[in-house]
Amino acid sequence: MSYISYMDRTREFYAAQGFDVAYEWAHHDDVPFTAFTQRLSDARVGIVTTVYMDQETPMMARQAEAVPVEQAPTHFLNDDLSWDKETTHMADRRSYFPLEYLRACVTEGRLGSLSPRFYFAPTQYSQRLTIEQDAPAIVQFAREDTLDAVILVPI
Amino acid sequence: MVIGTAWDIVTHCGVPRFVYNDLPLGNPLGRPWDLNMQSQTLDAALSLLVDAKSPAVDTTRHAWSTDEQWKSTYMAVNDENRESLRERGEENRRQRMADKAAGLKRD
Repeated sequence: MSYISYMDRTREFYAAQGFDVAYEWAHHDDVPFTAFTQRLSDARVGIVTTVYMDQETPMMARQAEAVPVEQAPTHFLNDDLSWDKETTHMADRRSYFPLEYLRACVTEGRLGSLSPRFYFAPTQYSQRLTIEQDAPAIVQFAREDTLDAVILVPI
Repeated sequence: MVIGTAWDIVTHCGVPRFVYNDLPLGNPLGRPWDLNMQSQTLDAALSLLVDAKSPAVDTTRHAWSTDEQWKSTYMAVNDENRESLRERGEENRRQRMADKAAGLKRD
């Protein structure tokens, strides 16, 4: 496997745009971990996504949100996010938002239930805003919806 | 449980559970319309969710195409786009200043 070094690519890409301070990617020496001790067929799971509902709110003003899954658009609007627009497309929601798959798991009895809401995690340049505001907000949403796990699918 | 395509960024960060797909940014769960690949990714994620006893990474065997040409183009900087990238940076800074002045930012 030869994975793409996105950190190197990003540094070079933004340096070419005249941004002289390189981005500092998040890094944690200690990773929090909780073993999953219950049966999946009893568990409630939610989706966290980085795709957004509209493009009128500038990226830097977006905050964590909880949205009823019935309001998930068939096509999220994500042109202002960074993804490989030359190689692929995002016309198939199932390739980045696993709502249909998880619903099928619930119908089959593999999964206990799906959260009534999904959660938006904004793409933020500020780690402070992510760590101090958005992450705690999503944890709070997950507690309100009595979740056992979340699947975070960043695009 | 994180499912993603940016190996270096996610492993640099460190997360409790990570299923990695070697696919372009934009389709972390699988190729568009490829329900089989998408289901395999999510099956792997649910397995890792339940089975992991400590922070764990699972790499699928999925490939975007038979060659890896697509990996060379994303965010590439070359002589053809150098000037347009410089202009894009200028525009980006102008827009951010305007958004900031309009109060469209967070504190």
